[in-house]
This record gives sequence, structure tokens and C-alpha cells, in this order.
Amino acid sequence: MAAKLAMIFFSMILVNNYVLVQFLGICPFLGVSKKLDSAVGMSAAVIFVMALATSVTWPIYTFLLAPNGLAYLQTIVFILVIAVLVQLVEIAMKKYMPPLYKALGVYLPLITTNCAVLGVTISVIDEGYGFVESLVCAVGAGVGFLVAMVLFSGVRKRLEDAQPPKCFEGLPITLVAASITSLSFMGFGGVIENIFAVH
Amino acid sequence: MREKLKVFSNGLLKENPSLRLVLGTCPTLAVTTLAVNGLGMGLAATFVLVCSNIAISALRRVIPDKVRLPAYITVIATFVTVLQMLVKAFVPALDSALGIFLPLIVVNCIILGRAEMFASKHSVGLSALDGLGMGLGFTGTLVVMGSIRELLGAGTLFGVQIMPEFVDPMTLFITPPGGFFVFGVLMALVIWIEIKTDNRKRRSIGCEGCPSAAVCGGKCPETAQGGEA
Repeated sequence: MAAKLAMIFFSMILVNNYVLVQFLGICPFLGVSKKLDSAVGMSAAVIFVMALATSVTWPIYTFLLAPNGLAYLQTIVFILVIAVLVQLVEIAMKKYMPPLYKALGVYLPLITTNCAVLGVTISVIDEGYGFVESLVCAVGAGVGFLVAMVLFSGVRKRLEDAQPPKCFEGLPITLVAASITSLSFMGFGGVIENIFAVH
Repeated sequence: MREKLKVFSNGLLKENPSLRLVLGTCPTLAVTTLAVNGLGMGLAATFVLVCSNIAISALRRVIPDKVRLPAYITVIATFVTVLQMLVKAFVPALDSALGIFLPLIVVNCIILGRAEMFASKHSVGLSALDGLGMGLGFTGTLVVMGSIRELLGAGTLFGVQIMPEFVDPMTLFITPPGGFFVFGVLMALVIWIEIKTDNRKRRSIGCEGCPSAAVCGGKCPETAQGGEA
């Protein structure tokens, strides 16, 4: 069991990295990765919301929707749950944890429409994971997002001094840099299964 | 009539959602490994976009301003659920090809963005045209992306062998890095044309068109510093 959980966790970070391999959450990846501290803040908020959302949506699906033949309501229920959850967290954080709110608060509204969060809640259901596995998968996806953001903010820093052709300035060269970063993650394919000897 | 034509053609080129407004980046990169998948994804998004634009425009005087975003999300999620059922029933191959990106149309920024920026302010007819134009512009970009990646990565186009046998397919193009690369080069090409025709558009990922901007009021750190991606 522990080996399987570890495999899920590390494969979400390295092999199936949400941003660089599965293309989920590209907007914040390109938009908020310019500075290291905002990249870390955004990622922390994403990890938090992903874990929280999955721990709420998984029981809702398993105990409420699936037994009553309402599985088709999955999309609409999940997005509303996530939207409400993000609002609640924001209000609670503002009142009880002002320092944390100061650090993460600005990123929270951006996360409602982040496809990575909805993506992880849907994909753990599709994969047929149990509750603990789902939670590990969600945290792994969030940490993978953090790794990609932090790595890429370093790349962006170097990119600022580069002088690409005029038409490549701005987003295009950033996308090409993302392509090379993504290429480096391709090297992890197949590694994880062998380390944990799970096939 | 001129106005209607303008609204419709706006999304095709002038405000092409993927290449000029930089919205809906995730599906643009993820599903374009084959041209036919790009076409399917584009048409699916167009369906939702047209339906949600019509519904939101028709309800624009009923929905209170304060809860408009949750209301929009509910309307969009409803149409996505309808779409999921239709696709599962009639085109199961597309359902398995798009996988998780079919339900994720809910959080596609193009749809919420058009609801917020256009449908909530214009009549039903114009909103439908806007949705159609934007959707087809999105579809066009996806098909172009998919064609380039399929042609270079697999040597085929819509499943038909195009490249001669002795040209080895460059598999890299149908892998994730290839997606980023083709999108980057395609965008550079569009900017090159813009520079030549002297109407460069400032691109930013962040608040322009980001539906969350209505919630955070443009306070997110990147734009506060005039962030440009």
C-alpha cells in the first residue's frame, strides 16, 4: 500500500506532472511564474485547495451521487462545490488567519476557474482511487505544480535578459522555454514504476 | 447587418481567442495531437459557447449582479453536462480521445470570458453570433495546431498518410514539449504578421479576459505591476 501511495505521489510530480505533461493549469503557470515568491504563493494555494476540494468531492461522489444514479451530475456538482469551497476558505482565512490570508489570499479567487483543481477531482474518480489514494494524488498534483512553477520561474528570470527575435518577444519565447522544460520532464517516464517495483 | 457581420468575424481573426486573446490555452495544447481531435474539441467548445451565450444573454436582466459568476458557471456546467451525454452517446471515440478535457470545458476561460464580456451586455442574437465566431476561431486554431503536430509527428493528416514513407515522423511533435513548441512558434508567426501589418496586439496572461478578474478586481500581483507574460 505504502509503495503504491508513494508511486502515485511521485508519478504525479515527475511523470504525469499536471502542468508540463498533462497541460492542466497553464494560465497560472504562464501568468504567475514571473517571480519566485508569487510562484510559491500561488502553488501553496493550489496544493491547499486541491487537497481540500478532493477530500470534499470524493465523498460526495462516492456516497451521494454514484449510489443514487446521479453520476452524470458530476461536472456541475464538482465545479459548484469548488467555487463555494474557495469562497468559504477565503472568508474563514480572512477572519481567523490574517497572516496566511495575506500570503495566499490574493491567489484564492484565481483558483476557482483553475482547470487543474477541477481536473484532479474528476481524474481521481476516473482512476477509481480510494479516499487516501485520491488525497495523495491531489497533494502530489499540487506539489508537481509547485515544482514546475519554481523551476520555470528560474527559467523566466534568465529569459528576461535574453534578446529573442522581435516576433518571439514575450509569450512565444516563454512557450518555447516551457517546451524545453517539459522536454526535461520526459526523461522521468518509466522511472517511477521501476523504483517502486509496481507495475 | 454590418454590425452582425463584424461581431461574427471578430472572433475568427481580430480577437481570435487562442492566438490573440490567449484564452483556453490548456485544451489548445493538450488535445491537438491529432487534427481530428482538435476539430472535435473546437466544435464541442463552440456548442457550449453558443448555448451559454444565448442563455446568459436571455437571462441578463434576471441574474443579480452580485451572484452573476456562480450563475454563469451553473449555466455553463449544465450545457457541458448535456454535451458530455451527447458525445458519449453519439461519438464515443471523441469522448475517449478528449478524456478529461471534455468536462473541463466548464473552466475554459473563453466561455466564462465571453459570458462576462459580451453576453451579459448584448442581445440574444448578437451573443449567439459572437459565440459562433469565437467558437469557430478557436476551432480554426485547434485544427491548424493539430494539423501541424499530426503532419510532423505522425506523417498523417486527419488519418491520411501525407508524408512520403522515407521521411521519418518526428514523434516529438505529438508529445507535450511539441505542443508548447508549436504553439509558441505559431504565436510568433501571428505576431510577425501583426508587426508587418502594423497592428501589434499586447498579449498578457492574467487579467485581460480572465473571468476571475471580476472577483479579484485586477488585484492579482502580476497585473498590479503591469504584468505581461
